[in-house]
Amino acid sequence: MSETSVVIAGFGGQGVLFAGQLLAYAGMENGRFVTWIPSYGPEMRGGTAHCTVIISDRPIGAPTVTRPDIAIVLNQPSFDKYEPLVKPGGLLVVNSSLVTASSLRDDLELALVPADALAEQFGTRQLLNVAALGAMLAKRPLVALTAVDQALRNHLPASKAHLLAANLTVLEKGYAHCVQLPLAQ
Amino acid sequence: MSKQLLKGNVALAEAAIRAGCEAYFGYPITPQTELLEHMARRMIELNRVFLQAESEVAAINMVYGAAVAGTKVMTSSSSPGISLMQEGFSYIAGSNVPVVVIDVMRGGPGLGNIQPSQSDYNQITKSAGHGDFHPIVLAPATVQEAIDLTVLAFDLAETYRTLVIVAADGAIGQMMEPAELPPMRPKREKRPFWALTGAAGRPKNVITSLYLGADNLEALNNQIQDKLALIQGHEVRYDCYRMEDADSVLVAFGTAARVAQTAVDHLRQEGFPVGLLRPITLWPFPERPLRELAQQVDTLLVVEMNAGQMFHDVKEVVGDQAEVYFTGRTGGAIPTPDEIERVVHGLYNYYLDPDYSPVGVLA
Amino acid sequence: MISEKVVYERPVALSVNRTHYCPGCTHGTAHRLVAETIDELNIRERTILVASVGCSVFAYDYFDVDACEAPHGRAPAMATGIKRVSPDNIVFTYQGDGDLASIGIGEAIHAASRGENITIIFINNAVYGMTGGQMAPTSLIGQKTTSSPLGRDPKLSGTPLHIAELMAGLPGVAYSVRRSLHDARHVIQAKKAIRLAFEAQMQHLGFSLVELLSTCPTNWGVAPGEACDWVREEMIPVYPLGDFKVAEPLRARSQRGGQ
Repeated sequence: MSETSVVIAGFGGQGVLFAGQLLAYAGMENGRFVTWIPSYGPEMRGGTAHCTVIISDRPIGAPTVTRPDIAIVLNQPSFDKYEPLVKPGGLLVVNSSLVTASSLRDDLELALVPADALAEQFGTRQLLNVAALGAMLAKRPLVALTAVDQALRNHLPASKAHLLAANLTVLEKGYAHCVQLPLAQ
Repeated sequence: MSKQLLKGNVALAEAAIRAGCEAYFGYPITPQTELLEHMARRMIELNRVFLQAESEVAAINMVYGAAVAGTKVMTSSSSPGISLMQEGFSYIAGSNVPVVVIDVMRGGPGLGNIQPSQSDYNQITKSAGHGDFHPIVLAPATVQEAIDLTVLAFDLAETYRTLVIVAADGAIGQMMEPAELPPMRPKREKRPFWALTGAAGRPKNVITSLYLGADNLEALNNQIQDKLALIQGHEVRYDCYRMEDADSVLVAFGTAARVAQTAVDHLRQEGFPVGLLRPITLWPFPERPLRELAQQVDTLLVVEMNAGQMFHDVKEVVGDQAEVYFTGRTGGAIPTPDEIERVVHGLYNYYLDPDYSPVGVLA
Repeated sequence: MISEKVVYERPVALSVNRTHYCPGCTHGTAHRLVAETIDELNIRERTILVASVGCSVFAYDYFDVDACEAPHGRAPAMATGIKRVSPDNIVFTYQGDGDLASIGIGEAIHAASRGENITIIFINNAVYGMTGGQMAPTSLIGQKTTSSPLGRDPKLSGTPLHIAELMAGLPGVAYSVRRSLHDARHVIQAKKAIRLAFEAQMQHLGFSLVELLSTCPTNWGVAPGEACDWVREEMIPVYPLGDFKVAEPLRARSQRGGQ
């Protein structure tokens, strides 16, 4: 696949935008074309937030998509919104710590990851975004896990520097969780 | 310099700084606020002038003041703020001073919303204030181009002593892409000869846009028109994409052009010979290339994030040389490649069956 | 041998130009006082004038200093832009009451509030001059103008705006006073205030403003002499002369009348 679109969606404060940036940084470091575009405006203040990341082998046209190849949904409203939109054959990564609903679609791959629980167990709960990103990479290695690892080392804000080790661990655990899973449920 | 992942608004601000911007005056408005915030931090850090004005009206007049003093100066805003700045634009044009303005466009009319839009096309290319003038208007489609065109904006402003508007939209302002910043230009030590610096050892300099006599004001206008003609002759910029054997061509700028580019790729895969012409200068408008293009192709489809503003310019330039259609979205919606593709399919169907009514097409 | 001593001449900071002002108008007096001050302080070569919209729009023709002309009411914003990029220049605006107190009140107050190190010469003649005698925010209650033919009615149009007092309330203001130009004694006092206002800027003390009660015989429909009487009898009771804000470093000299 020469061009892949990823939507990451959740509550404001779940680290949706930063997770997208990590993916974009990693893509850039891997020499791919990337775009990252956030939802912005009233919805970013306390409501739901999402961003779209596109990783491609060619210059990228439209930076937004109606139907993403991959959606990472971190809460129930995001699941409700994006579950029907993922392209047939696409991947839906679901934060099973917060989302209880299940997809009835048989034309997409589902990856359930208890992102909050993993983050809490191996770091702090706020790292759920990184757990979910790790889970996605286990199913769709758009970029190497090591590239995201490196992006974290390079771009974690200074105020969060003390959480670097925990971030790296949680990323790894999210990845491991989904690698161990059997295929589509 | 290597590539960094940069947000459009930040890239625009940092590019201005590296191009030699000595002073910035602005007022917060979404979706360009990160630009002002970057300036607030960096300009102070570099010991340059930053001031948050009390309004867009005050901001543009502070800019006007710094411009008559001979400094490289800019402001940034978004559509409703640009409307407020028009008074200043007109005075800047009437007194021939260089100014750079960045407009990160949002949906209108009225307070509208803060989503990406190209609703300012008319107000910045045609009616940027009272009187006969046009700013140079540069429309970037990528973060890299936002950087390059901002640097170019400062150079064009100086070369022609004119107002230059970089017309981005909310999507360009908000998105991140890998891009490379230019090196920092050395600080300019000398102010231009015409600037107000104090009449020491020379006759006084006066900068005004007031010419009470009709003869004098007409002379000023003639001089401005001559300058605009020179700009039209030298500064037209545009880009072509997959024009080989095209019989239909999309015409779009900024974010709409990116979407159109994706649509062109899809349509080409389906076998439709479609290309894209992307104006980079919205003023001066790429009239000659469009006119030549119209002689080679059957159909032009203008795609915009407004109700069809550039559409009228294309129609006027092309005349009856080709069919010109429009599709677009308003209110801050970004058209999707699918929507454009559907319209193109409709147009091809229309040629096969004249009774077929093209969907969503405004003739 | 006859020796001559010059006792009165044109200030160097005034251009050799005939003004377009009406007979009996005090703009000429105000121009001369500002020009004398510029000469005395030896700042002509680093002064920048921001002219405004109104009768004094051509002030840039009358002062022999670098100058520009601002959009209506925006002179303080333009002066801000100039001063911020050229802090070594002396920057002043020359604005009437329509320009400063009406359309430009926002720019004026915010420049003052920021403590912008500029000087404003504010001409208050209680009427719009250039457009032909319409009511200004400073027009007196009951004053008949072409846009208040029955006299200014406070229920309809509010009450006279007291700029010098208003500005004095802002911490960024170093100097805010009101003077009058209706007779020689007051002209001399006005000159002293103008000098202190420029000195405030030269000492980096902040924003300075001198409000000058001025005549407009043409639009008031009276002879020049009567216009001076009208200032004394009608305007001064409404607009008391005085110092409303004088920064500490200027205070001693201000109390000695500015000498």
